[in-house]
Amino acid sequence: MSLLRKHSVLPGFNLTMGFTLLYLSLIVLIPLSATFIKTTSLGWGGFWQVITTPRVLASYRLTFSAALLGAGINTVFGLLVAWVLVRYDFFGKKIIDAIVDLPFALPTAVAGISLATIYSPKGWIGQMFAPLGIKIAYTPLGVVVALTFIGLPFVVRTVQPVLEEFEVELEEAAASLGATRLQTFLKVIFPTVWPALLTGFALAFARAVGEYGSVIFIAGNIPMVSEITPLLIITKLEQYDYAGATALASSMLIVSFILLLAINVLQWWGQHRHSKR
Amino acid sequence: MSFAVAVPQSHPVHGNRLANREPLWVRWTLITLALLFLLGFLVMPLAVVFTQAFSKGLTVYTSAILESNALAAIRLTLLVAAISVPLNLVFGLCAAWSIAKFDFPGKSVLITLIDLPFSVSPVVAGLIYVLMFGLQGWFGGWLSEHDIKLIFAVPGIVMATIFVTFPFVARELIPLMQAQGTDEEEAAIVLGASGWQTFWRVTLPNIKWGLLYGVILSNARAMGEFGAVSVVSGHIRGLTNTMPLHVEILYNEYNSAAAFAVASLLALLALVTLALKSFLEWRLHASVSPQDDN
Repeated sequence: MSLLRKHSVLPGFNLTMGFTLLYLSLIVLIPLSATFIKTTSLGWGGFWQVITTPRVLASYRLTFSAALLGAGINTVFGLLVAWVLVRYDFFGKKIIDAIVDLPFALPTAVAGISLATIYSPKGWIGQMFAPLGIKIAYTPLGVVVALTFIGLPFVVRTVQPVLEEFEVELEEAAASLGATRLQTFLKVIFPTVWPALLTGFALAFARAVGEYGSVIFIAGNIPMVSEITPLLIITKLEQYDYAGATALASSMLIVSFILLLAINVLQWWGQHRHSKR
Repeated sequence: MSFAVAVPQSHPVHGNRLANREPLWVRWTLITLALLFLLGFLVMPLAVVFTQAFSKGLTVYTSAILESNALAAIRLTLLVAAISVPLNLVFGLCAAWSIAKFDFPGKSVLITLIDLPFSVSPVVAGLIYVLMFGLQGWFGGWLSEHDIKLIFAVPGIVMATIFVTFPFVARELIPLMQAQGTDEEEAAIVLGASGWQTFWRVTLPNIKWGLLYGVILSNARAMGEFGAVSVVSGHIRGLTNTMPLHVEILYNEYNSAAAFAVASLLALLALVTLALKSFLEWRLHASVSPQDDN
């Protein structure tokens, strides 16, 4: 079969592959490498200088810790939502299931202004926290809220299919051997969904690190406090500091590539484990 | 809103057997927690768009949308989507045909490269085109000599949009076409059909729902993209403002009702996208399943 496929009778390989490579190079590969080549003109010292100024370091700290927190919240609640959607029946389940993808479909600017409105001290949710002295919008906490919103579908959508395919017989076996429901969950179900959960976490984290639109409206954007790295790139661009913007962009691209690699390894691991079963 | 009604499952899917069932109070708690989370993070953000949009009445709403800069933004958004989505559609078809129907070394690397734009921050996606075509960029000098403006103009917006929506159609079609195999196409070719005939009569009918799915998602992102477009647009009202950028400007001018009015159009687009997506997932499921039985 593989011999037959290699000398396929189907036409069009050269044409479609040629166009694919050309388009990919023009739109993605050449512009991306241009960024790195521009960065090398800075020299290692110049690059290091740009990415270690206190303001940049503060933005990294905020971006990564908020992304980590957002992805963490999504891991817990994503598993919960996936579990509830797969295992239980309740009124409006189909609509809830569809609406989970809202963060994919709703433009980030719209999400940004509506989250800022809800979580501001006078907003629907913000006013519940205001008496406790907790400000959400226009603080780093607001960044976490936005990044939680933006990463929400990832964990649910990676965990959901694994839970759906889970063999109930395994649970029954555990129960008949005397395991409590909690033990069954922790020792039988959880190890199975673990790779998917980790993949969802990584996907949500990767998306959150680069997010811009939904964050800037709710963050307050105070330098050193609530300023994310993508915003700093734009600030540098507006000051015509192209070298600085490029250096920051390269540092973010490197992080993205590392995350992409990690996600690919995780997905391979998940499938590999799955196929062994 | 009372979504939470814990009905014991009546059809045999999961957990209907006594041993696999959590106590009722556990189920109730879990459902309530999940719904509260979704209420705060999904339902409320969606609802507030519409309540804010109509907070100053219907006339403010309609005048915000019918104002000339808003109409220009709507036109530009439609234009950008009308250019970028078909281009990525053609690319997606080519990529999926070559990757799914043929074997060659380096295939998984190619798939990863196609997915690359999804892991790049939107701001960086915009920046890379500024570095290429902006005044300080590689081709900046040449372009300005020839009086061609790509950045802070419509072509830049289109390029940035193409970048951020690049993988949608391809990543939808590749697994679908791989799952469907090459048997039907090979049969058509052996029976004397031309390549085009095979594509139009055999492949396309098989992948039409997946294709539409990719197009819908790609379109939603193209119309809603903010970060990448914001970098390359230059924010010139009536000229290079897309709908999301127009929303930003109105919002920053404390014209919240107008900002949410324009945003409500984008929210409606999102809702239509979700509805179509659910429908297509149902159709897709139907179009893949029969193949599995073979």
